[in-house]
Amino acid sequence: MTVTAPEREASVVPAEAPHSYGMSERTRKERRLGWKLTAPAVILMLAVTGYPMVNALYLSLFSYRLTDPSGRKFVGLANYGVVLRDSLWWQDVVTTVIITVVTVAIELVIGFVFAMVMNKIIFGRRTVRTAILLPYGIITVVSAFAWKYAFALDSGFVSNWLGWLVGKNYNWFGHRGSALLVICLEEIWKTTPFISLLLLAGLSQVPEVLQEAAKVDGATFMQRLWKVTIPNMKAAIMVAVLFRALDAWRIFESIFIMTAGAQKTESLSFLTYRQSITRVALGIGSAVSVLLFVTMVIIAAIFLKGFKVDLGTVKGERR
Amino acid sequence: MTSTATAAPPKQRRQRTISIGGAILIVIYTMLPIVWILSLSLKSPGDLTNKKFLPSHWTLGNYRTVFKTSLFTDALRNSIGISLIATVIGVVVATFAAYAIARLDFPGKRAILSLALAIAIFPQVALLGSLFSMWRAVKLYDTWPGLIIPYVSFTLPLSIWVLSAFFREIPWEMEQAAQVDGATAWQAFTKAIVPLAAPGVFTTAIIAFFAAWQDFAFAITLTSTNRARTVPAALAFFTGASQFQQPTTAIAAGAIVVTVPIIILVLVFQRRIVAGLTAGAVKG
Repeated sequence: MTVTAPEREASVVPAEAPHSYGMSERTRKERRLGWKLTAPAVILMLAVTGYPMVNALYLSLFSYRLTDPSGRKFVGLANYGVVLRDSLWWQDVVTTVIITVVTVAIELVIGFVFAMVMNKIIFGRRTVRTAILLPYGIITVVSAFAWKYAFALDSGFVSNWLGWLVGKNYNWFGHRGSALLVICLEEIWKTTPFISLLLLAGLSQVPEVLQEAAKVDGATFMQRLWKVTIPNMKAAIMVAVLFRALDAWRIFESIFIMTAGAQKTESLSFLTYRQSITRVALGIGSAVSVLLFVTMVIIAAIFLKGFKVDLGTVKGERR
Repeated sequence: MTSTATAAPPKQRRQRTISIGGAILIVIYTMLPIVWILSLSLKSPGDLTNKKFLPSHWTLGNYRTVFKTSLFTDALRNSIGISLIATVIGVVVATFAAYAIARLDFPGKRAILSLALAIAIFPQVALLGSLFSMWRAVKLYDTWPGLIIPYVSFTLPLSIWVLSAFFREIPWEMEQAAQVDGATAWQAFTKAIVPLAAPGVFTTAIIAFFAAWQDFAFAITLTSTNRARTVPAALAFFTGASQFQQPTTAIAAGAIVVTVPIIILVLVFQRRIVAGLTAGAVKG
């Protein structure tokens, strides 16, 4: 061991010396190692998304049903025209917008309250943090079943408890508004913990000194909240909203389980699934897939350009 | 203690009450749906329609039904196997990538992080149609690898962020220091770096496992039989022990069975999961 150590020293020192040839050799080695180490991840990510997406783009230009492969023919952008002229597409856009806006807005408020409680809490800190992780960790399908059965006509206790409000035999899934309400409630319950944890992390970065200074100057709780706390954690709030909005926009499982799209509760993801899998209409289905992707890009662009969300903080990059 | 209590007792007391009240509310909020599905799983099918929150007769019959149904037991086996394999592969691949991103300087680094971000927000449902036909063409349809590959791909972005955030915190000089002290390169890596990196890798593994365990869209699209169908998909297709029985209580029992591993992981690793979820996202 005493022999190997000096040997390593000897091999390391010249490489690090400011020798132009040595530097470039070292840099080249580092580059090659960097690419080698990241290649598997890049290939895996692209294989499952890049190629299928290009494939979907290609297929969307054809009239093509899986059950009738010989009837496949090139139709250009006609499939997009069909989808965008269909009132079902726009109805599903409206449904998805409602779900996204309602859930993200409410989650932001509840999540913020939870974060404040968790930030101040003295007793039972561990218990609360454990409890808050449960909805996050639970399978969405399980959570959707729990909420479905809680409101269902035959098994639900909610109608029993809220009988004075809506009548004991109220069919929650029989009307668009109430069905969407239950879907939103499930989504809010399941994903608020994630938002509250992100907000808690943001909250703990607000300098305590500022709070104290505002307190000394006689600022009320609300004034401190609006003038000190929220402006200082804007980055955390924006990141949380961006991620949750994009996530809510993809809502699929809970609608699949709770209503299967009945009562006009179909989301864009569910429409895409139904078109490309259930109906095996690969041409139209691909067009819907591409359009779903485009809507996500638009939302992300609005956040990144419009609200100037700094992705440097998202990636955890300090520089 | 006594001096602060006498200095401002009403205010302190109020804060304490609010904090404890808030904590209790949060616990009720998170537990109510879980307790409800647990209660449902202990009801007899005949007890279902009384619409009570708690069962009037407690029974474990639903759990017996569930464990006698091959649709469910096969799905449980598939879920465990597929999620574990996807987690291991994903974390190994992500560790390589995150090490390179945190430690090395090479062109394309930013592009890789942007790609990861793009994949993380990608609408997975948009891929189902293409993947469905691709997987059928290459014989991956209704197989374990057919689900493992997309699970690895879609857990990679989060794993790479969380891990590179963790890796940036590691004092890598320790490695050189150990070597100066006479350790070999391998010893320096295993004795100095691995113990520091292990918690981050482990946390990432838990989060990746949660994601794979959760998936529904790929599971219902890329499988068709008990060969590879996972529990979330099986629950959606479960129709009950017999056609004369409502499947509700049995589904509830199955739901509880797949929730138990999550609860155990959360109970044991609560602090690490919180650190991991926030590490990649909010860093100044």
